Amino acid sequence: MEIPYTIEERPDTGLINSKIGIWLFLASEVMLFGGLFSAYVFLRLGAPDGAFHEWGQVLNVPLATLNTLLLISSSVTMVMSWASLKMNNFKQHKIYMALTLLCATGFLVIKYFEYSAKFHHGLFPATNTFLAIYFTLTGLHVLHIIGGMIVIGYFLGPGSRMWATEPEHFINRIETVGLYWHFVDLVWIFLFPVLYLL
Amino acid sequence: MEPCKVTHNSETHHNEPFIRKYIFSVDHKIIGLQYGITSLLFLFFGFCLILIMRWQLAYPEEPVPIVGSLLGGGGILLPEIYNSLGAMHGTIMIFLGVVPLAVGAFGNYFIPLQIGAPDMAFPKLNMASYWSYFIGGVIMVGSFFTPDGPARSGWTSYPPLADIEVGQTIWLIGMVFLITSSLLGSINVITTIIQLRAPGLTWMRLPFFIWSQFVTAFLLLLAFPPLEAAAVLQLMDRLVGTSFFLPSGLIISGEQLAVSGGGSPLLWQHLFWFLAHPEVYVLILPAMGIVGEVIANNTRKPLWGYKSMVYGVVFLGFMSFIVWAHHMFITGMGTAMSSFFQTTTMIISIPSIIILSAMFISLWGGSIRFNTPMLFALAFLPMFGIGGLTGLPLGLAAADIHLHDTYYVIGHFHYVVAPGTIFALFAGIYYWFPKMTGRKMSELLGKLHFWPSLIFMNGIFMPMFIQGLAGVSRRLWDGGLEYAHASGVLQWNEFMSVSAWLLGLAQIPFIINVIYSIKNGEKVGRNPWESTTLEWVAPSPPLPHVNFEKIPQVYHSPYEYSVPDREKDFTPQNEPIKE
Amino acid sequence: MSIHTTTDIKSHVKVYVMVFAALAVLTLVTVGATYLNLSKGEAIFLALSIATVKGSLVTSYFMHLISERAMIRWLLMVTVFFFFVLMFLLTSSLFDQVNVL
Repeated sequence: MEIPYTIEERPDTGLINSKIGIWLFLASEVMLFGGLFSAYVFLRLGAPDGAFHEWGQVLNVPLATLNTLLLISSSVTMVMSWASLKMNNFKQHKIYMALTLLCATGFLVIKYFEYSAKFHHGLFPATNTFLAIYFTLTGLHVLHIIGGMIVIGYFLGPGSRMWATEPEHFINRIETVGLYWHFVDLVWIFLFPVLYLL
Repeated sequence: MEPCKVTHNSETHHNEPFIRKYIFSVDHKIIGLQYGITSLLFLFFGFCLILIMRWQLAYPEEPVPIVGSLLGGGGILLPEIYNSLGAMHGTIMIFLGVVPLAVGAFGNYFIPLQIGAPDMAFPKLNMASYWSYFIGGVIMVGSFFTPDGPARSGWTSYPPLADIEVGQTIWLIGMVFLITSSLLGSINVITTIIQLRAPGLTWMRLPFFIWSQFVTAFLLLLAFPPLEAAAVLQLMDRLVGTSFFLPSGLIISGEQLAVSGGGSPLLWQHLFWFLAHPEVYVLILPAMGIVGEVIANNTRKPLWGYKSMVYGVVFLGFMSFIVWAHHMFITGMGTAMSSFFQTTTMIISIPSIIILSAMFISLWGGSIRFNTPMLFALAFLPMFGIGGLTGLPLGLAAADIHLHDTYYVIGHFHYVVAPGTIFALFAGIYYWFPKMTGRKMSELLGKLHFWPSLIFMNGIFMPMFIQGLAGVSRRLWDGGLEYAHASGVLQWNEFMSVSAWLLGLAQIPFIINVIYSIKNGEKVGRNPWESTTLEWVAPSPPLPHVNFEKIPQVYHSPYEYSVPDREKDFTPQNEPIKE
Repeated sequence: MSIHTTTDIKSHVKVYVMVFAALAVLTLVTVGATYLNLSKGEAIFLALSIATVKGSLVTSYFMHLISERAMIRWLLMVTVFFFFVLMFLLTSSLFDQVNVL
């Protein structure tokens, strides 16, 4: 059985199936984080004046800034790994994929130090509603990072064999992974000011 | 795709081992059947729960016969178990019964066939969707066997009760699986409809069923994630001790709850109804799609106003996202917000009425064939009409304040979903059974199923309006025995319960019919109903994995019935029109 | 996207590097702004504006939305619309509450 338009584009839509599939998935993710962001706004407005800002002072802005830069870097290496494939440079592609993984790992390590510092000071999700939404949002975001790392790791390792047999298909897959990864970056771009700076 | 390639592939697939072919299949038809069988079993199970509850309502505090020994408490249905059964009835019927049957089974099986595709766009995702649903179902049913028992806070799971009541954690975990399943399924449906339409099948040539499934998938895709977010927040509340939904200073059994507070129960209601109102349309739109197909086929006429129905269904889907807070009029909502939601609620009734009217007008002047699928489809129209019209007073705050949380609400939405959607799903089963098996179901047994079902459905739900208008609350374990204002209408409880049990008996002909007809039904060819849409071009049952011998070419609109000056009274979409 | 040639991609790469630089600078700007003495409203407006610009850069260039097919853009517009519906109606219901929390 062969499903049409997995590799070549459908003429009237100009799209392949996986492109629509991943964007639909990202659309649902927008609504998932939309639900959580609206919960944040709802709780913040319901809290006593200035309480959220005050509770937010315990967060570590320099570390989060560093994390933002790491994620942005991982996004650019991700897109470069795709562009390398387009230029038929498989070796360079692998280097960029590995760099993406490295940045992501760095992000997780920093996040780990942030979390453990909070726990060490007795700051838990149950402490107040700000920390509750902070841990939920960043925790869910970390889960997305880990999921992305697993997929990227797969395509860096066993999944990359596809390049030899079906290069077009492989490029499409890397593009799909990239779209997901950029979305994870995008979420952080909003999480960072909302949680750390406001 | 070349035809020779197709035959080659289908031959190799014949040799698949059993487990690949029937258990972990990636064929949309097998997955559709898996969904169908599982969801019918869940519908039956959820229905049984309410049959037990109806005993307590009819004969309060008398031991339940037959299953009484399972319930503990000397056979009497205790209040906490009554609450559990109520919560699980709602959850199972909606999330494990009707939606998987309408979208998972009918959508999976007939979307590719009706658009002339070899399969869904992502077959493996399709399998993952079914198994995620299955796991969610196992978790929900499994909760009956845990020490704490299943969830008790209603299918709406309102906090603060749901935050502190036992059994809720496992419900939330089950829901996460069910939501994941729906998301994967809807991604697949939308991609399939956009990408895999047969050559010549333009948007305005799509059967109405496809349009309804398309809009439904969008509702699932965009409305479910906020509930997933809410489920995560409630899990945090229960497991980590956060206070997303717990206000400050909450006192339970005379003691202040040891949490930080600062949360809001209304936040849950908003996020929940942001899903659950579109969910109502998830329940009803595929039903409308099925009824449209059956009516066009059995009136031997094109659907009247096909285009207005399509625009109607798209508009309905769009509007369904901005009406949700009409479930929350009595939460202290101010006049500005409630005016907004009343207005949108009144507006959303317009497309529903357009669609319903178009279907009624389609009957006009048709030479109607009164076979079983058509009977169910015809019954759908007034039943859904009653359900829809009784919803209007609930959409207006002034009336809703009186009717909120009474049996009137139960009557209203059951008219939409039970004699409405479920009748349409029965119509779909009778209509498409020949395509799935190559045999027709028995007409006699079908009519024995239809007429008693119609009578008893109304016997159950019509008196609920009477009780509701009298102010009987929907959540009373004793059916309102303690309340003076209920005393004038309580005699209906026994009537409704007996109707419910008889409705159960009325399903026996259906069960016999299905089992009997698989092996012994009248053998039919590809197109027993002389229909025009593409699923009838494929063999019955369609070829494994590829459906069609050759992907059909489409030449015209979906319902060309009784066109003057043609040889036959139907012109299938893949037949060129000879001038 | 088979229409791309290698030279196309090379010009893309330049854009990616520029976008990366812009994102990094904007990140530092948004952090720096917190040291100014802005009022609460101004701070929220500035931070969200910068985040929106950064987000648009990522979606437009890294995710290629700027050259993406109409169907995808329609899909996203619908999604973003409902995202704002959720945010807006939920928040405004808080201001129109008979008994504020």
